[in-house]
Amino acid sequence: MQSLTRNLILMLGWVTGIAAYAGAPVSADNPGLAALLAKIPDASYADKRVLVVKMVQTRDPRVHAVLRALLDDSLYVRTSDNHVFIGEADQDSIRLTDPLSSQAAGVVSTDSVSTIGVNNQLRKTLRVALAQFDLSDPAVDVRLAAVKEMLRALDADSQAVLRSRLAEEHDSAVRSQIQAGLALADLDSSDSSIRLAAVRALSRNLNPDVYNRLSIMVLKGSEGTYGEPEPAIRAAAQESLRVIERYRKFYAAVQTLIYGLSEGSVFVLVAIGLAITFGVMGVINMAHGELMMLGAYTTYVVQLLMPNHIGLSIVVAIPAAFVVSGAIGIAIERGIVRHLYGRPLETLLATFGVSLILQQAARDIFSANNRPVITPDWLAGSLQINDVLAITYNRLYIIIFTLALFLGLLAVLKRTRLGLDVRAVSQNREMARVMGVRTAWVDALTFGLGSGIAGIAGVALSQLTNVGPNLGQSYIVDSFMVVVFGGVGNLWGTEVSGNALGVVNKLLEPYTGAVLAKILVLVFLIFFIQRRPRGLFAQKGRNADG
Amino acid sequence: MNDGKMMRWAVPALLTLTWGTASAEDTIKIGVLHSLSGTMAISETTLKDTVLMMIDEQNKKGGVLGKKLEAVVVDPASNWPLFAEKAAELLEKDKVSVVFGCWTSVSRKSVLPVFEKDKGLLFYPVQYEGEESSRDVIYTGAAPNQQAIPAIDYLMKDVGVKRWVLEGTDYVYPRTTNKILEAYLQQKGVKPEDIVVNYTPFGFSDWTSEVAKIKAFGSAGRKTAVVSTINGDANVPFYKELGNQKISAEDIPVVAFSVGEEELSGLDTKPLVGHLAAWNYFESVSSPLNKEWIAKWHAYTKNPKRTFNDPMEATVIGFQLWVKAVEKAGSADPQRVIAALPGLEVPNLTGGFAKVLPNHHITKPVYIGEIRSDGQFNVVWKTDKEVPGDAWSDFLPGSKDIEADWVTLNCGNYNTKTKVCSGQNLK
Repeated sequence: MQSLTRNLILMLGWVTGIAAYAGAPVSADNPGLAALLAKIPDASYADKRVLVVKMVQTRDPRVHAVLRALLDDSLYVRTSDNHVFIGEADQDSIRLTDPLSSQAAGVVSTDSVSTIGVNNQLRKTLRVALAQFDLSDPAVDVRLAAVKEMLRALDADSQAVLRSRLAEEHDSAVRSQIQAGLALADLDSSDSSIRLAAVRALSRNLNPDVYNRLSIMVLKGSEGTYGEPEPAIRAAAQESLRVIERYRKFYAAVQTLIYGLSEGSVFVLVAIGLAITFGVMGVINMAHGELMMLGAYTTYVVQLLMPNHIGLSIVVAIPAAFVVSGAIGIAIERGIVRHLYGRPLETLLATFGVSLILQQAARDIFSANNRPVITPDWLAGSLQINDVLAITYNRLYIIIFTLALFLGLLAVLKRTRLGLDVRAVSQNREMARVMGVRTAWVDALTFGLGSGIAGIAGVALSQLTNVGPNLGQSYIVDSFMVVVFGGVGNLWGTEVSGNALGVVNKLLEPYTGAVLAKILVLVFLIFFIQRRPRGLFAQKGRNADG
Repeated sequence: MNDGKMMRWAVPALLTLTWGTASAEDTIKIGVLHSLSGTMAISETTLKDTVLMMIDEQNKKGGVLGKKLEAVVVDPASNWPLFAEKAAELLEKDKVSVVFGCWTSVSRKSVLPVFEKDKGLLFYPVQYEGEESSRDVIYTGAAPNQQAIPAIDYLMKDVGVKRWVLEGTDYVYPRTTNKILEAYLQQKGVKPEDIVVNYTPFGFSDWTSEVAKIKAFGSAGRKTAVVSTINGDANVPFYKELGNQKISAEDIPVVAFSVGEEELSGLDTKPLVGHLAAWNYFESVSSPLNKEWIAKWHAYTKNPKRTFNDPMEATVIGFQLWVKAVEKAGSADPQRVIAALPGLEVPNLTGGFAKVLPNHHITKPVYIGEIRSDGQFNVVWKTDKEVPGDAWSDFLPGSKDIEADWVTLNCGNYNTKTKVCSGQNLK
């Protein structure tokens, strides 16, 4: 019942909002809007901005559609008579509508009209102008977005609009957003009590604008005077700044940690398949990167096959990539690696050859150009926790995905018959065979499992980097680095070392830059391996020194 | 897959070209030195096709000086030392009259000694960092003053940018360009603390913290812009990350010097609308000559969706200049062609004329474009007239007094203060 009344009130607010616009003189052919529209085709970008502001001032309800069309690149001018139309593009033709009469004006070819261009500054003006129309929208999130948009460029006019909106606004989120924005504007007030109230109101606000504005108040300008003349207000601003700074430091640390974990997850992802083939089986598989590349290309092909279900395609691509890379992996094992057990150098060379063959195959089938893999909507964008902390969804998903993959793999090795066989064969091949384990079969399946996991990693990588023939090469060093650092033959080692390297890399990056950070990590690794040749988690037991 | 198809018919086309000629004396050989495999194949394959199209076109008109043109295509495979080997092969074994080739600056630096020793002629079609002028090279791409400097001027004057992030890939072109830009910005009164220079490796893909850094630097209350000399593959994840972290072009515009129509064709451009690029040519500029060439390109490649870009225009201009010079000299001998080149001019595809200057650079118009949602560019600013290419930057202390002039001074590195000719072209 309560929500119904609330909605009713909102509806009322909306209606009065419209009435405010309708209150302005509107006649069937407002000469104001028509005259302004006629000037648009020949105006420079700066002139167009003036025209847009003037259009809003006419308070004509038809302005909204015109401005929206201009922002969407769908406002056209007819070349023959310089007349402006709102158009709807449809392949090679455009359906025109007269913005003044809202009458259809026929369908024309793209050659007979040209788009009215917009640039960044004009786009910003348009968004702020359109936000004023959305301010009385019944949906709360539309109003919230509109307020945020208006706060990007606040002037006397828009301040007045916001103040009048505040009186009618009932939603607390929208209200606090407006209040914060107005408080920020009040910092420029000539009345010191208003300024003081504004500083107090902003004391916990994390918005970077607030931080910058307060910093200017307490710092000496180039003329030697403080931004804020009153010492009492300055002290209050200093106090607010201190609180804000503490929060900012905390969230910056959280952000670095999450970025580090996400990079670490990528390390784990590219290494975890190798932890099986190299770590458990002891095969130096230089084609590991190309197995990931195959997974990435599988994602691309799956997207080609189901162009209307991009969101779902990634989910379908995961088992598909596992099967494709796994099958190729088994073929490599049966065809080549099997004949070379116990000869690491030959294995290295042979698998390196395989990697070149796979790369060239990708080049012949898919061309040397990178293939565009579309990011589904649910993977794009970022989670805005507050004004200073935002985490992009793809990074968040990578962390979760890697963890799930790691736990899944751990369960396979610890809980299944295959896992038991794999561990038995890796610990003591002879004994396992005596106990009736088909070791050759287990070898093939293990290699296939590691390769399939590499394929799944490729699906994830297709969302982070370029899908091309060189994809695998750029990760092969990272993956060996992580496995060696973590300790050969230990999945936990891979998980811990990958994440540790990621976090260290991100901690170093702000101080040294991306290039040097990577070098420092590699140098550290060299020293570490000198001290502890078996990595973080050295394998114990019978096979340890084999 | 288009390129796969292209290769399939390019080979028979080449063979017919060779067979169609009666004997070797009746043809003029043209070397094509672009990578057809390896990392640079993405960009350079298109230029090889452009040269082949130009040769095809010219042969239909009856060739040059009554002789048919014959292409000699080699593949330096994105391998810099191999560029020098292949260049020597073209000049010494095949005895080509002219070479069209190279993309990266490092490949150009690698072939330079070969061309100077064997007295060949190279047309180089890509924007580069300047600080070079060779007697044997015609630079048809932009020098920094024809791309980077005008872009900075636009951002400073028209957009009101006060703080700058110079973000580049770690190699010679971005480092030299950024050195010039940093000197230029400081000369214009920008304080050192308002400039951030940052480099990342080739093929960098984890842009989260770099982009977060840009965002933090850009939200300090004053208008900030990013000047990107990021090259190659790394651009895709960079722009994706910009979109993910919701950095809109209205707040922090990114102006790129290596991102064109071709690079954008593999990207979802919706989140990138409004970001900028500075080039001397855009496919979207409407002019009759541009329409004609795009139509020719589509007909030649049998693909109406193939994009046309800036280095391709530079290749077209270079080829036309070479044909003119051969006709003027009455011979295809590289030495006589080089002497005939300065002063010649051919029309740009977007209007105006490209004229060969005594320093072996050409005049070019400069355009600033904003990315549209369809992956093309909307030109928001252009120079009133063509800008003459300056080989040696006026903003670096070391090269301020240096001049290149192959007509009167016959020197590519002449110090106007000490009156000494020196540098790599000293004989």
